[in-house]
Amino acid sequence: MAIAEGTVTVTVDARGLSCPMPIVKTAQAVRSLPSGALIEVLATDPGSVKDFAAWSRSTGNELVSQSVDGPVHRFLIRRK
Amino acid sequence: MTTATLERPAQTPVIAPAPATDWEAAVKTKELVIVNWSGELDRVWPTLILSSTAAASGVGCKVFVTFWGLLPFVKDGVRITGENTMQRMLSFMQRPGIDHLKLSKMNFLGMGPWMMGTLSRKYNVASPRELLEAAQALGVEFIPCQMSMDMFGLTKDDLIDGMAEPAGAATAIELMTGADASLFI
Repeated sequence: MAIAEGTVTVTVDARGLSCPMPIVKTAQAVRSLPSGALIEVLATDPGSVKDFAAWSRSTGNELVSQSVDGPVHRFLIRRK
Repeated sequence: MTTATLERPAQTPVIAPAPATDWEAAVKTKELVIVNWSGELDRVWPTLILSSTAAASGVGCKVFVTFWGLLPFVKDGVRITGENTMQRMLSFMQRPGIDHLKLSKMNFLGMGPWMMGTLSRKYNVASPRELLEAAQALGVEFIPCQMSMDMFGLTKDDLIDGMAEPAGAATAIELMTGADASLFI
């Protein structure tokens, strides 16, 4: 299944959740998706900035981009 | 001629672990082993946070649950456990189950845990129950200690579904020495 470049396949809304749930919920979402899928994660946990970088290094899923809008951090992850 | 039949496991996990995906299989070269010996909230909580996060990060994770650490893994409906008076008294003194953990300090007859619970809900920190469910769903293996089960008079049926087969100290040592990191929490 080909996935168009830049099309978000699924959004994980982890706003308001504390560590480690943004990572846990993302990992659970990633499982059901095909390789190449683009996952958007929204989180308000300030620790998630370092955590998503570490998680992508551990799992090999690519952290495509990371941005912040007020209290909300947005991560785009390409599934390995 | 005899026909071999496969034996069905006595218990099937309620939350079946999701099948490992290709990238997980590829990166699951690291393994974390945690020995969870305490039934206290401030120890069980980090055990569950670290084990669920390890599994979420593609790190294979096994948790050996022993001594008081077994009690949080007793099923909800089970209150008084054991087959003799002393075992029953112990379970009366320390209520088993994931929702009834005490703090190692500042317990104050349950006021400390109540305050921790209130604060954790206010700040959206996942409860031990939520973390345990996530850990099991992500494939963390919880191995109960047979000797502790015998001492407390606990049977496999007293423990939550999805636990691994009970094992002993030699299994714990083999797991710890073979893992990339092992923690005694």
